[in-house]
Amino acid sequence: MDFLIERLPVYLDGAWVTVQLTVGGIALAFVLAMFFGVLGTRPGWFPRAVATTYVEVFRGVSALVLMFWMAYALPLITGYQLDGRFAAIVAVGLNVGAYGAEVVRGAINAVPKAQFEATVALDMTWFQRMRLVVLPQAWAQMLPTFGNLSIELMKATAVSYLIGVADITAIAERMRQATGETVLAFSGALILYFLIAQVLIFGVRLLERRANHRLGRTPPGGKGILGLLRPPALTTSGGAK
Amino acid sequence: MFWDFEWTFQILPDLMRGLAVTVQATLLGYLIALVLGLAIAMVRRVPVVGTAVHAVMEFVRTTPLLVQLVFVFALAPSTVSALTVGIAVLGVHYSAYTAEVYRSGIEGVARGQWEAARALSLPASRTWGAVVLPQAIRKVIPALGNYLIAMFKDTPLLLAITVVELLAMARQVGSADFRVVEAFTVVGFLFLLVSIPSAIIIRRLERRYAAV
Amino acid sequence: MPPSDASALINFDQVVKRFGDLTVLDHLDFSVAPGERVTLIGPSGSGKTTILRLLMTLEKVTEGLIEVDGEPFSHMPRGGRMVPANEAYLRPRRKRIGMVFQQFNLFPNMTVRKNLTEAPVHVLGLSRGEANARAEELLDLVGLSDKVDAHPTQLSGGQQQRVAIARALAMRPEILLLDEVTSALDPELVAGVLDVLRTVAETTDITMLCVTHEMGFARDVSHRVLMFDKGRIAEEGTPDEIFGDPREDRTKEFLRSVLDNGH
Repeated sequence: MDFLIERLPVYLDGAWVTVQLTVGGIALAFVLAMFFGVLGTRPGWFPRAVATTYVEVFRGVSALVLMFWMAYALPLITGYQLDGRFAAIVAVGLNVGAYGAEVVRGAINAVPKAQFEATVALDMTWFQRMRLVVLPQAWAQMLPTFGNLSIELMKATAVSYLIGVADITAIAERMRQATGETVLAFSGALILYFLIAQVLIFGVRLLERRANHRLGRTPPGGKGILGLLRPPALTTSGGAK
Repeated sequence: MFWDFEWTFQILPDLMRGLAVTVQATLLGYLIALVLGLAIAMVRRVPVVGTAVHAVMEFVRTTPLLVQLVFVFALAPSTVSALTVGIAVLGVHYSAYTAEVYRSGIEGVARGQWEAARALSLPASRTWGAVVLPQAIRKVIPALGNYLIAMFKDTPLLLAITVVELLAMARQVGSADFRVVEAFTVVGFLFLLVSIPSAIIIRRLERRYAAV
Repeated sequence: MPPSDASALINFDQVVKRFGDLTVLDHLDFSVAPGERVTLIGPSGSGKTTILRLLMTLEKVTEGLIEVDGEPFSHMPRGGRMVPANEAYLRPRRKRIGMVFQQFNLFPNMTVRKNLTEAPVHVLGLSRGEANARAEELLDLVGLSDKVDAHPTQLSGGQQQRVAIARALAMRPEILLLDEVTSALDPELVAGVLDVLRTVAETTDITMLCVTHEMGFARDVSHRVLMFDKGRIAEEGTPDEIFGDPREDRTKEFLRSVLDNGH
């Protein structure tokens, strides 16, 4: 135990990097998911083809391959060496954003057609319809899967250690080499990742409650703050890993 | 000109050998995930033990595969090959996901099916083997298929524990000749070449089994 | 009939069943003689179905004891006292009881033949040939010989229920429990299922416990009718007594409501 307490500051430095990568990645993935997800629901073949291409390409290639390509191949093409952390955020953001776009598209398509017809009757523009009617309803449905995706993204950031980013994994590997304490070094890393994941799960459940409350639904797990501690069912549909 | 086609064709055989390792690791790891995940899903119905198993699998599911790989590889005796460690860790990690898939399938089997099995005094082996699982698994085949693709895309992580799979092979041949652009780009395309057709097959499966 | 009649096949002794705060059966005493056909009637929620589910061990009793053939069934003796029966104790005893469900509960992943032979082969230890012969004989009885290789989803509700009856009979049960077997059927399919059950009643000496709203059927086949209300027996008697000259107001009211609903 002393081992971990002594080295806690170093681990926390690593954890801070992992948190930065996770938050940055989630922000990018969210923007991409919303953009390409909504694009995928537009009429006409062109917007849909663009959305499908993005989804299939970046879902089909793993974050690690993307990261390697950006860290090692891109500099040779452009002449600029990307910062490792930036490359990591872009890679995980692009990858998870592709999964997220499918979730957004599915959730929008699941909004009842009558809702859409009502907006036409009210002479709303497409933008008003999305912002005021469709997205608030789809949002509640997206959130559980987004929660799982955010954990996948957090886990994927560990890969950035392989392109030289000093995240939790890199710290753990460094500790192992310096001290030979394999079990302790990696247990510390796993526990930190686990804790970050719990924070993400908790945060998404808060958002879910708020979204459901706005729609006048009782949040899953029941009312009250204790409801947050009850585990929701893990969604297995939606194509999310 | 940063792209050398002649060189690209030269490295293709090497990359294919790397791809073969990737596919091998994926399939064997998936086999573990399919069997272990099912066992976990069934054990989860047992009180106390089930809760404990669930807690362990949640930990496995919410921590990075890469760290688990490096961790287990560091602890494994040197007689065990890196590829074996990689396949085992990959399989166990993904069994956390497949267990959830199986669980949703098992819970989707109507209560009346369990009751009918009991009314006929069927032994547990037949209740599970002949009644519940055939119905449960049929419904979750597409979801299980998704994890095969996900797993395929995660196998490059095995390079962290010295397994020379596709990406590691590309890094090797690419850095030897200072031509990483071609090497890594071809790797990207090879991944698409496998994962896009598989995604199409899964969608077909979804359509076929969704009607049940 | 006194509750502790030594000749009784089924005996409920002060049986209580609660779901949380809700008492479904309230210190119930009754017994059924071998070969007797008893119909349980009463408003929904009066505990009729629970009696069948307790006998099929789909539920556990909260208090009291159920005996089958003079032996403890819901409980077993251990160390000089009665403890809830475990699987090993129930297995040989439960085989003597069969059940037909409201929702049929056929196994959709098996053909009709497999549905009928699965338990005889794996529980009774019959050979495939014996089980097949028995299945074909029973399908003939329920008038579905041509459906032996069909899947349940290809059959109408009435056909599915007739297969379910054949499946229960394939185990050669001494006791057959019928839980609202026609309630989920379209009206025009009810008669076919009831005809099959009439034949079973006429040609065998199987003890039958039947929960139904089909009063005509109850009158034809049962030896005794029990009227349930709020977890207790409100009135019992022969079909003629209960349907022809009910004494209790609750029974009269119930019979009137059933007849008004077009049954």
